[in-house]
Amino acid sequence: MEGVNERLGEVIEASTGGFSAQCYKLYELPALGELVKCHYDETEILAVTCGGSTNSFEPGRRPIARGHDETSEDSLYQNNPQLNQLLRSEFGTVVVGFRQEGKYYHYLPSFPVRLHSFVYRCSDEEIIAFGESLEFLILLEGAQCEVPVEELIAACIRRMSVSNGPDSGFSVRAGKKLTEMYSGDYQRLRAILARLR
Amino acid sequence: MNSQAQKKLGIVIAGSLNQGIQARLDNNVSVEEVTVGNLVTIQGKSRRFFGMINDISLEVTDAGILQSSSAAEDSFISEILSGTATYGAMQVAPYLTLGVDNSLTDGPQPVKSIPSHFSPVLLANEADIELVFGRESKENFSIGNPLDMEVKLCLDLPEFVRRSNGVFGKSGTGKTFLTRLLLVGILQSGAAVNLVFDMHNEYGWKGTREKASPVKGLKQLFPSLVSVFTLDEKNSIDRGVSTDFVVNIGYDEIKPEDISLLRQTLNLTDQAVSATYQLQKRYGNRWIEEAMKLEDNEESAEILNSLNIHDATFGNLKRGLRNICNLPFVKPQVKERAVEKVLEYLENGKHVVLEFGRFRDITTYILIANLLTRRIYERYQAKTERAMANDSAPPRPLVITIEEAHKFLNPGVASQTIFGTIAREMRKYNATLLVIDQRPSGIDEEVMSQLGTKITGLLDSERDIDAVLAGMSGKSALKSVLSKLSSRQQALIFGHAVPMPVAFRPRDYGTPESYKELGSLRNDVDDDGLEDLW
Repeated sequence: MEGVNERLGEVIEASTGGFSAQCYKLYELPALGELVKCHYDETEILAVTCGGSTNSFEPGRRPIARGHDETSEDSLYQNNPQLNQLLRSEFGTVVVGFRQEGKYYHYLPSFPVRLHSFVYRCSDEEIIAFGESLEFLILLEGAQCEVPVEELIAACIRRMSVSNGPDSGFSVRAGKKLTEMYSGDYQRLRAILARLR
Repeated sequence: MNSQAQKKLGIVIAGSLNQGIQARLDNNVSVEEVTVGNLVTIQGKSRRFFGMINDISLEVTDAGILQSSSAAEDSFISEILSGTATYGAMQVAPYLTLGVDNSLTDGPQPVKSIPSHFSPVLLANEADIELVFGRESKENFSIGNPLDMEVKLCLDLPEFVRRSNGVFGKSGTGKTFLTRLLLVGILQSGAAVNLVFDMHNEYGWKGTREKASPVKGLKQLFPSLVSVFTLDEKNSIDRGVSTDFVVNIGYDEIKPEDISLLRQTLNLTDQAVSATYQLQKRYGNRWIEEAMKLEDNEESAEILNSLNIHDATFGNLKRGLRNICNLPFVKPQVKERAVEKVLEYLENGKHVVLEFGRFRDITTYILIANLLTRRIYERYQAKTERAMANDSAPPRPLVITIEEAHKFLNPGVASQTIFGTIAREMRKYNATLLVIDQRPSGIDEEVMSQLGTKITGLLDSERDIDAVLAGMSGKSALKSVLSKLSSRQQALIFGHAVPMPVAFRPRDYGTPESYKELGSLRNDVDDDGLEDLW
């Protein structure tokens, strides 16, 4: 598995409902709504990224503007190589299920991931297999994260829809699941559906 | 049993025995594919239910959807919403139930419970229809196909003729075709003998069709079994009909009861009607002959005085009687009594169609139908009672077909005419009516309630629909089906002889194949037929 999946970073904060990870390289963040995974013994814990950020390593030390005399942003980073060491990119995730003995479960695992677990990007095949059931959308709906839940759900469905292919009808299937979840709240439903394309 | 072959329409979501069952249509079933009148089966946990779709609706889980225009404008959103937040639903009236093991020993039973939530609703298939309505056989006559199905819908004719029945529908909906089909069925199966009072000369030799060539009548299909009587020999000859007997009525055959029935059409006063009884008392059977002799002189005045009949009353009566006596087939003396002849034919198992030729006015029809039927009633009553006393075979069941039935069976006269009596009690004497009418609301309620099986084409007057459906359980459900029937080639049958109401398309009549199928007698292949031979 490790050979196939791209390693994105490492868990730096973990709870049962979600974890945060730091990227190994500055700005190499997974997209919003991407499916990622970590290993916990024989279990693969799956999560959806719910937002990324880039900050200074030291909380008290704010970055300062350095590009006054630079011609481009790239040259700014090239002329200030220390920036790659002083800044870090992080992303948060919402745990949406796990896989044990080859079978996917679309609810929370018993334990949170361990700190320093490696975080991998899921392959298209894994996304398609996990997306056969859409029960995990309930977990996204209840997620506590900085981006609006509607944005998160729409981004996740868009991303999974790309893996499933344009003719798979995945968006419609997901839309129908959302209709069940948001029966009685058409305005929210419509807001999400409007973000699916 | 055959769930693989059946198309699933949806699942039960709500309902009650009284109001019917509400089912939600599956996502892949378009609401436009489902039609009112379709038969369905519902597979409950421990039993199966048979019912009919009587309403279809569009439902929405959130009223907000209706207020937003995005669903209508955006095909992606409308695709997602359809089948989830917006869905089709149907109302099913359950009629019959069957144990889950499909034990045929008991057959389908009237429904007394309803299926549980989420039971699948399936479109009934051929096996279901055969299970409920039986397979075509000598006694099970195919009357057509249930709407949108190819399977034959069968009617148990011996059961059908056991009660009086009605064929209704507004003008042009195919009442005559349906009736002709039923008569052929009765003929074919030998369930009863027919006496048809054929007001418009439609049944005997040939019948007319709108925008098409004429169709064969009963005599052309069954020459040896059907005899055509006529009131109007000249007209029959002109139409090329070979008749078996020309009906003439003697003055002495007309009774005061016949006149009282014609009170309205002859424009008689009540006093004139009661005068007929006085005259009969005095002169017996010769009362008409004698009454016609009474002139405007002193002698006559004395007689009328002695009978307590006022001059003006007598004048009114005489005008009426003259109308009757002027009818060409009413003669002072007749050699052969039509009643005897009709009875002779019926007793020999021959079916009689009485054509009225040009005499299509209602006076003639009421007079003749009532007069003949009364005698036949008396004879049948006597024969049945004798048969009961001697423990011998009762007379052959008789079906009397009358048109424009509301003229005989309206609340004003139903209690007086023989047809009212037959509809109410003649079942015991093996004679029943086949009532054909376009205005069922004009028929006495009591008579309507006694009709066993009713077959009705489209009716659009609210009163007529109510009259036809009076006393039916699930009336409102049938009402919606009845009022949505096509104005041609569709009918609804319900009542005694069918296990559940069903909308159907009558089978073809008028094509060479149909004549071939209908014209053959159904006793050659059947086991019962073989037994009869031995």
